[in-house]
Amino acid sequence: MSDSTHTPMRTPLGRVRGLGASRSGTEHFFLQRVTALANLLLMIAFICIVIRLAGAGYAEARAVLGQPLVAIIILLTLLSVCTHMRLGMQVVIEDYVHTEGLKVLLIIGNTFFTTAIALAGAFAVLKISLGG
Amino acid sequence: MADSPSRVARPLSPHLQIYRPLFTMMMSIVHRITGIGLYFGMVLFVWWLLAAASTASAYATFSWLAGSFIGMLVLFGLTWALLHHALGGIRHFLWDFIHGFGPNERVLLAKATLAGSVVLTIVLWAIGLALKA
Repeated sequence: MSDSTHTPMRTPLGRVRGLGASRSGTEHFFLQRVTALANLLLMIAFICIVIRLAGAGYAEARAVLGQPLVAIIILLTLLSVCTHMRLGMQVVIEDYVHTEGLKVLLIIGNTFFTTAIALAGAFAVLKISLGG
Repeated sequence: MADSPSRVARPLSPHLQIYRPLFTMMMSIVHRITGIGLYFGMVLFVWWLLAAASTASAYATFSWLAGSFIGMLVLFGLTWALLHHALGGIRHFLWDFIHGFGPNERVLLAKATLAGSVVLTIVLWAIGLALKA
């Protein structure tokens, strides 16, 4: 790189940004790990909530899910888990689907599914907490 | 690029079918399969939340399904998948920080993931069922 006889095609700004040709660089890899770490921490609280509410009736479940701490933990879990799901399934699709059109369709479907799951869950929690 | 007609039948790099199945390799495959299972399992979690946000009868329907034999079996499977994927994730964290790559270490870690996920699943269900009893 620092060889004076060699002129790189990349601009100095491009080299500093380090995003490569795909413009995303290691973002996918890094976000997958960060959400994995968040999932690990949130999962512990999530398991406690689920065990607490296993077999609980409608009123009791709503009372617990409506508590601010529980609601916030579930909202964070939905955000982190659904991001992790989107990234993970994208890799699975890219690994096994080699037809370009189908691959793009499935990746879009993956985005739709994970976004819908996250927002539907968040709506339910917010409705219980705020709306009744 | 991927579906443009190839002019030369180029050799492909060998894939799964050429390798002797190794324990760590199987565990890597299981990590991916449990991830896919959990991906679709999230539908049940959101169904539960939406049922609680809807009517008492919607919640009763979900509770009945979750408490049925098939429902419990699916939830038991999802519990194991979650714990296996989580422990497998910790294993990947160790690898990301360049630990546990030795021939004995990596097999030990894979065995610990499998054993840990099974034991933790049983312990959590025992706690859950004991608290309800």
